[in-house]
Amino acid sequence: MTDALPIVIVGAGPAGIRAAEQMVEAGIRPIVLDEGLRAGGQIYRRPMIDDGRSYRNRYGSEARKAEQLHAAFERLRPAIEYRPETLAWNVSGQERGGHLDMMTDGVHNQIAFSKLLLCTGATDRVLPFPGWTRPGVFTLGAAQTALKAQGCTVGDRLVFMGSGPLLYLVAWQYMKAGATVAAVLDTAPLRSKIHLVSLFARAPRIVALGLFYGAQLQLSGVKIRYGVRPETVIGADRVEGIRFQASGCTQELECDAIAYGFALRPETQLADLAGCRFRFEDRDRTWLPERDALGRTSRKDVYVSGDGSGIAGADAAEIDGQLAALAILNDVGKTVEGDRLRQLMAARARILRQREILENAFPFPRDWFETVPAETTLCRCEEISIGEIRRAVEAGNIGEINRMKALSRVGMGRCQGRMCSVAATEVLRSIRNVEPQETGRLRAQAPVKPIPLGFGGPLDREAGR
Amino acid sequence: MIQRISADVTIIGGGLVGSSAALAMRKAGLAVVLIDKGFCGAQASGVNYGGVRRQGRPPEQLPLSQRAHGIWPRLKALVGIDGEYVPSGHLKLARTEADFAKLEAYAEIAKPYGLDLELVGAAALKTRFPWLSAAGAGASLCPGDGHANPRLVSPAFARAAERAGVKVFEQTPVRDVRATGSGFAVLAGENVEIRSRQIVNSAGAWSDTFAAQFGESVPLTRIYPSMVVTEPLPVRLPVSMGEQGGSFYGRQVARGNYVMGGGRGAALADPDFSRPSVTAASSVMQRAIALFPHLANAQVIRFWSGTEAEMPDGNPVIGASQTTPGLFHAFGFCGAGFQIAPAVGEVLLELVATGQSTTPIDAFSIGRFSQVAAQTAVSL
Ligand SMILES: Cc1cc2nc3c(=O)[nH]c(=O)nc-3n(C[C@H](O)[C@H](O)[C@H](O)COP(=O)(O)OP(=O)(O)OC[C@H]3O[C@@H](n4cnc5c(N)ncnc54)[C@H](O)[C@@H]3O)c2cc1C
Ligand SMILES: Cc1cc2nc3c(=O)[nH]c(=O)nc-3n(C[C@H](O)[C@H](O)[C@H](O)COP(=O)(O)OP(=O)(O)OC[C@H]3O[C@@H](n4cnc5c(N)ncnc54)[C@H](O)[C@@H]3O)c2cc1C
Repeated sequence: MTDALPIVIVGAGPAGIRAAEQMVEAGIRPIVLDEGLRAGGQIYRRPMIDDGRSYRNRYGSEARKAEQLHAAFERLRPAIEYRPETLAWNVSGQERGGHLDMMTDGVHNQIAFSKLLLCTGATDRVLPFPGWTRPGVFTLGAAQTALKAQGCTVGDRLVFMGSGPLLYLVAWQYMKAGATVAAVLDTAPLRSKIHLVSLFARAPRIVALGLFYGAQLQLSGVKIRYGVRPETVIGADRVEGIRFQASGCTQELECDAIAYGFALRPETQLADLAGCRFRFEDRDRTWLPERDALGRTSRKDVYVSGDGSGIAGADAAEIDGQLAALAILNDVGKTVEGDRLRQLMAARARILRQREILENAFPFPRDWFETVPAETTLCRCEEISIGEIRRAVEAGNIGEINRMKALSRVGMGRCQGRMCSVAATEVLRSIRNVEPQETGRLRAQAPVKPIPLGFGGPLDREAGR
Repeated sequence: MIQRISADVTIIGGGLVGSSAALAMRKAGLAVVLIDKGFCGAQASGVNYGGVRRQGRPPEQLPLSQRAHGIWPRLKALVGIDGEYVPSGHLKLARTEADFAKLEAYAEIAKPYGLDLELVGAAALKTRFPWLSAAGAGASLCPGDGHANPRLVSPAFARAAERAGVKVFEQTPVRDVRATGSGFAVLAGENVEIRSRQIVNSAGAWSDTFAAQFGESVPLTRIYPSMVVTEPLPVRLPVSMGEQGGSFYGRQVARGNYVMGGGRGAALADPDFSRPSVTAASSVMQRAIALFPHLANAQVIRFWSGTEAEMPDGNPVIGASQTTPGLFHAFGFCGAGFQIAPAVGEVLLELVATGQSTTPIDAFSIGRFSQVAAQTAVSL
């Protein structure tokens, strides 16, 4: 009976689209849903309405891949059930008999699935510093989304700060778009870039592109600083500049916008709600659903793929989506070509090795909270400062993140810790002087994102019944 | 290496029941060990709705509930924080005439206990509570009832007990309990062994296994009340409220969030954790909008649930074991133990110190189930 139930894919980014394609080839009609208005995911995000810009203009070096992915999706449209603007906010039911709770245009809906593939991607990883909540401070990804999807910049004179490959890319994209880039403030030390040398042997294109962005920025007179720690955003009501430490001295720069971030954090709440087992991944410094090489989780009917199962980038996501689809096809009794499986697995493994090196070249600032003052807000939803957290942790003798949430309210607000739990973990870790995995994992609760109270009529189906 | 400790009393379970007992006993000079398998006040006591409510309880609970009513306003002195306790009043709405008749009957029963219930007829509802949008057949107001923040209150009792000198073990599950003749030996965690003259079983929804070890099997079942909380909104709801029948209850906290409940969730594979049911949450949300139309566009930010012990007659088990001298039970609060727990803690002190409770607890004897079992056996 359950075989008649649909296969559902959450997320129409590179992973989700390639997975759907693979299933359609095998004669299956999956349901594909995505919160966004148009398919494409994060890197190949499309504007709400076409604005006449060329692919080259919008996606730069990745134009060809973007065009191919979008074209692939358009070809798939008649062969899949596509539900755009649909938020998946809960997975209920136990093994066999799972349901996905969704909301489309404010209306609730629940579907029973036979297989659920989560391709939920990632969002920016941010850490607090004095002034980070002031108007004019953006994440790197948001700054880029403004360019790609809205065709506008977030400022005229910008400072880019943080760590990760996106840092130089987005700065370069802004320069290309005609904005003034005041500086790129890399929080990693210059010596970390030595790892790019070993990466060159494995992935010359990535390194060449990176060097190209860096060189073009420098040639245009953009200041690049390494080993940076921000002191504060300057400006009372909005960004007027930034004060920071680099090479042992304090410096100031004028700007009207700051874009910053530290690579990405995966979206794993649905896998958590589905009851998948998690493990700590040191590379991403976070908890990830346990998965095999193809994306099977500890729950038989739930699969994960792409950045939402561990950050590996868009190329890996395209491969990973196909792998997860092949796993599902195999598990529903279709024949899967062994050679193809092995090829894809080898390609994914290659990218994962590159990812290790990239992580060394753009390391996460593990000592961040040694310099951020106590009055800095950490949890924006509940307006909790680092000092308040510290007091709660010390008063309650807390060493575990869910206890910290209960006693300090961090992660209890609208974002439910999606945005602040990286920082919250780092704070707790630094107070306790332990490794992040020792502080435990913040448990997800439905809904994954806020939903309106009047979101639909009474439900006719009970979870798991 | 085994850590050996001896004490007067070992308390299994650091919910609000166990923690308040630990604090009361320590203040009376007893040497107390308090053990929890997780964190004190992280189970039912830390995740409940936060209703500090006497109204609606069966009359046999009211003396104990009244005793607790005297403790709540003293939280600050007792545990160092006020726990966001507000005696806001508790308003119970009747949707139908039949429900209102029940409220009237209850008011009559509760009269001798001093709850000061005020019955409000349908016509007066609007003038008396202008913020209430829905029509109803009437309501009953208990002015002294209110609400508090469970996730602050319950851990605070455990911390206060610890400060007073109670030895607290967290993340240390009790694995074995044995009567030794002169008292008890408790094995907990990897390597803790505690010997004590007396022992308290306040392990919440897990208490039945400990009772069974001493030959007292109880018909305990687990329930998972389903909760919903909104984003912070302008302050408007001045009371904690519920509906006759219990399908909806709601309050607004100082920060502005509406905390609401009704219906039941389900256990996860690991029965220590549970999930709220979407059906229950959805019906709570529908009812909330019917009562407060201004909530229609408010956002819900979280559902949750917790694990609670229920007994078939709606009353807890409190008192001495019938098989084993020195063992005392306090569990099975049927979704309403938050308010009375601080009084249960005091009663447990009286029981271990004198063998008698100054507040009547006869209705809560564990013996009532063995009698039932015996009677059924006879009638077969
Ligand atoms: C803002 C941003 C900018 C980036 N820019 C670049 C770049 O310039 N270059 C580069 O190489 N990499 C970039 N990356 C990384 C790159 O986007 C990812 O590696 C890649 O997109 C991963 O593909 P994916 O299919 O796993 O997930 P994504 O592309 O992230 O797709 C996930 C999709 O799932 C949907 N989704 C998530 N949760 C739900 C839910 N609960 N309900 C419904 N739908 C949901 C999302 O709307 C999204 O469309 C960027 C990432 C981000 C976050
Ligand atoms: C969602 C929800 C809403 C509620 N709303 C209200 C309300 O509004 N008003 C009200 O008055 N009541 C309410 N209640 C009921 C109230 O929360 C409980 O009755 C009360 O908290 C019970 O306290 P306790 O100490 O017995 O149990 P718990 O708080 O569950 O404590 C028992 C403790 O024992 C520990 N334990 C279990 N096994 C072991 C072991 N082997 N070794 C060591 N430790 C162990 C557990 O970890 C736990 O911490 C609600 C309950 C829930 C779940």
